[in-house]
Amino acid sequence: MRFDTVIIGGGLAGLVAGISLQQAGHRTAIVSTGQNALHFFSGSFESMDEAPERLKTLFAGAGIRLHYSAGVRLMPLGIFREAALSLEDVSLLPEPCFADKVLILGIPGYLDFFPSFLAEGLEKQGIVCRTSMLNLPESVRESPAEIRSVTLARMFDRNWDRVVQQVRLLLKDEDGVVLPQVFGLEDPSVPERIRQGIPARVVFAGTMPPSVPGIRTQLLLKRRYEVLGGTYLGGDEALEARVEGDSVRSVTTRNLDRHALEADHFVLASGGFFSKGLRSNPFRVWEPVFGLDVAYDEDRNAWYNDNFAEDQPYMNYGVRTDEALHPLVEGRPLRNLYAIGSVLGATRPELGSGGGLAIRTAFHAVDEILEAV
Amino acid sequence: MDPREFDVIILGGGIVGAGTLRDCAMRGLRALLIERADIATGASGRNHGLLHSGARYAVNDPESAAECIRENRILRQIASHCIDQTDGLFISLPEDDMAYQRTFVDACLKAGIGAEIIDPALARQLEPSVNPELIGAVRVPDASVDPFRLCASNMVDAKLHGAQVRLRTEVTGFIREGDTIRGVHTRSAQTGRTADYYAPVVVNACGVWGQQVAEMAGVTVGMFPSKGALLIFAHRINNTVINRCRKPSNADILVPGDTVCIIGTTSTRIPLENCHRVSVTPDEVTLLVTEGAKLTPSLSETRILRAFAGVRPLVSDDSDPSGRNISRGIVCLDHESRDGLKGLVTITGGKLTTYRLMAEMATDVVCRKLGIEKACETATTPLPGSQGRSYEEVAREIWEAPSTAQKAAAARLGDVVTRMPNPSRQDEALVCECEEVSAWEVNNAFERMGVSTLTDLRRRTRVGMGTCQGELCACRAAGLLAKAQDCAERERADLLKFMGERWKGSYPIGWGDTLREAEYTQWVYKHVLGL
Ligand SMILES: Cc1cc2nc3c(=O)[nH]c(=O)nc-3n(C[C@H](O)[C@H](O)[C@H](O)COP(=O)(O)OP(=O)(O)OC[C@H]3O[C@@H](n4cnc5c(N)ncnc54)[C@H](O)[C@@H]3O)c2cc1C
Ligand SMILES: Cc1cc2nc3c(=O)[nH]c(=O)nc-3n(C[C@H](O)[C@H](O)[C@H](O)COP(=O)(O)OP(=O)(O)OC[C@H]3O[C@@H](n4cnc5c(N)ncnc54)[C@H](O)[C@@H]3O)c2cc1C
Repeated sequence: MRFDTVIIGGGLAGLVAGISLQQAGHRTAIVSTGQNALHFFSGSFESMDEAPERLKTLFAGAGIRLHYSAGVRLMPLGIFREAALSLEDVSLLPEPCFADKVLILGIPGYLDFFPSFLAEGLEKQGIVCRTSMLNLPESVRESPAEIRSVTLARMFDRNWDRVVQQVRLLLKDEDGVVLPQVFGLEDPSVPERIRQGIPARVVFAGTMPPSVPGIRTQLLLKRRYEVLGGTYLGGDEALEARVEGDSVRSVTTRNLDRHALEADHFVLASGGFFSKGLRSNPFRVWEPVFGLDVAYDEDRNAWYNDNFAEDQPYMNYGVRTDEALHPLVEGRPLRNLYAIGSVLGATRPELGSGGGLAIRTAFHAVDEILEAV
Repeated sequence: MDPREFDVIILGGGIVGAGTLRDCAMRGLRALLIERADIATGASGRNHGLLHSGARYAVNDPESAAECIRENRILRQIASHCIDQTDGLFISLPEDDMAYQRTFVDACLKAGIGAEIIDPALARQLEPSVNPELIGAVRVPDASVDPFRLCASNMVDAKLHGAQVRLRTEVTGFIREGDTIRGVHTRSAQTGRTADYYAPVVVNACGVWGQQVAEMAGVTVGMFPSKGALLIFAHRINNTVINRCRKPSNADILVPGDTVCIIGTTSTRIPLENCHRVSVTPDEVTLLVTEGAKLTPSLSETRILRAFAGVRPLVSDDSDPSGRNISRGIVCLDHESRDGLKGLVTITGGKLTTYRLMAEMATDVVCRKLGIEKACETATTPLPGSQGRSYEEVAREIWEAPSTAQKAAAARLGDVVTRMPNPSRQDEALVCECEEVSAWEVNNAFERMGVSTLTDLRRRTRVGMGTCQGELCACRAAGLLAKAQDCAERERADLLKFMGERWKGSYPIGWGDTLREAEYTQWVYKHVLGL
């Protein structure tokens, strides 16, 4: 099977690259094993504030609105962090004290949202807090062991108007409401509709994984990619590459068996350790598909900081690349391969980290590929 | 009567202290136990969890072997809810000397241990995970024991018999009049407040720290602190304890426990001052995995959950540098006859398996000093939680159709659960999916068992002990504790501390899936949750 570009990894980086290339008229395929970091996404893109126009347009095409304004955002454990480019779910507040009185609403039997931590964090800002519970339909209460964010979101997608009614009834003189981020699994308009329906400032606070806004983002980006004609080979895994000289010729996958994927360009967007873009054993760290050079410490004792709270050296490890993001094999670049997103670790600190790194490097690779043709 | 006066004060809340407290209380003494941290924070919470049949000691230390098999039989009766009756195998591999097997079996039989040579093919059938290259196998009555549960059950029963327990209270010195100990000075680790308690007899059950405690009283007990490293694996690979049939050595026992299994151990003498902070080195990890894979080859491909180490309270007698040839024997010292100091007894050495016997020996001395003649009944009186009913029965008694979470709670806490209020629907929400711990169980641990931190909670309920290693359940539990204690600030610090401790146990094995999960945990806790 032949494409203009084959992308390995369907996370944020791979999807942004794939959508951009399809829009530019390229024929592309994405091979992706499974879950990616978006499933756990907080809703904010690390190391990004104002979004470039092309990013806003790309996301808008998929039905996702992004926003940014200077200030802070409320984290699930009641702490405020500096604002970053975010999905609409995330409320960006000019300052931590966003209301005088706040009603925090939990859900009975749902342990993945933390009213006590939130209340303490808000009270520290001088906000008066009251905690109460949303009522759930009988059917959900029957099996409380299984109440997780996705179950709730699926149910609320149909019943969001009842949530609005309930909140209106529960609200006394509060000018702020904090709700868990469990709205809009498929329908991205739900969070905004809830905001509109409630006569107080509504702030959604994150929950434990999985992340409802993250899963929705992944879903919509993937859908957009397919609408644009991209070939998404989900549940498949790139195994091995055939390299000739300084170019990649083809990549084999688990499901396609002998039919290797051939292309002019290849993009490696396989993520970090968590997504298995990087692997490790007691002796080394390696990149499994192309056997690329990886920047890491030889001495395993240097991989870690024994203090959990400190930055961990292993999280900086990633494939080595040249200026144009061509990865190196024994010091020499592969001319038609690009490494983007978390698989880079912190080898390119000037390009940011987390979501910001994924997006910047994806655009970078796209520009290089388009220029090459 | 002065509430600070008791018949006996027991120092140390490990298994030996807990057992002694129960025995004293059952003999009608007004007993107080003082522990500087939480129950089972010393060796009793950092061991292999093997209920020895005694076979391991049969050749070198027949006396300990005989003690083990007697206590093994007793504990199966009185503590059935803490014991998984797995049986054990002693396997010989091609490089092992088969003559040793004969010596071993003879020694076992002499010590009263039912050791039976079986065909290697039968061994493979009984324990499919065993190294298929084995050339010999002996079946022995080893079992696996949950030390936290055993410790907690002893404490609970002692309390039911009127005993008192002060946790997070450190003994800082003795109250002494001439040649007689009258009581102890203590300081609360939480508030810093000091308090004195009085009793005609004090029992030093401080394990490896017993040496320092004895020093406070002006007498010497020479401990031989021996560090042992262990690895916990993410699956229960084996259902039978697997030992190597050779002279006791490193990494030659694999013990199944709940949903995991544990390989161990090593034996290194360490300085006394380092006993409270032992950790595992990458080299020890390599040794444990390499040797362990000889017992069960699949071990080398199984994910390691955590590495940890404990310190054995062995008593020094000769100068063997490894500590392995020292008798695991029990040391019960009456400091009156030994040192001329009245009112102090030290009970140490021994093993988890022989704790009850140690408690009986110490309590006998206490009773003799107090002139009390009541006989010990702990060998025949079941602990609460094991009064002869299966956990299914206990669970059924409380709930008409028990959920798996309720059954799990009954399995962990035994019939103590009958005394807890019924759960409401929303209480059934699961905090920990892999260990099936419900919100109800967590709240009960908080309300009834004096749990105030995640580390305490882990000990009582296994939250954060299973295959997920606390990634998500620690945070859920923290949410519940924050609410129950109405102090989110402190709980956030507790959560960070708990995650930090978990990390200390996992980074020595930080590669492969462990590193994947470590990266996940970093992102989730720091960037998604905002810890
Ligand atoms: C738990 C977690 C939470 C995070 N939260 C945030 C956040 O809130 N904000 C933020 O800015 N950043 C966050 N990050 C950082 C995140 O890594 C980046 O933001 C970004 O999403 C990474 O995108 P990516 O496409 O490079 O990699 P990933 O999202 O990791 O995607 C890589 C994909 O490649 C697939 N893959 C790997 N190997 C192969 C193969 N051989 N064949 C086929 N497919 C393969 C994987 O299955 C996966 O689907 C988080 C990371 C993690 C792990
Ligand atoms: C690696 C390892 C593996 C083992 N495996 C097994 C096994 O498989 N089977 C088996 O039967 N045995 C095993 N053992 C042995 C067994 O764990 C110990 O013998 C037993 O737990 C000792 O219990 P203890 O109560 O005497 O001591 P500890 O459990 O250490 O208790 C002493 C207590 O005293 C407290 N304390 C100390 N100083 C003070 C003070 N000043 N004031 C108040 N309190 C104080 C400490 O906090 C501690 O809780 C193992 C030991 C180790 C280290």
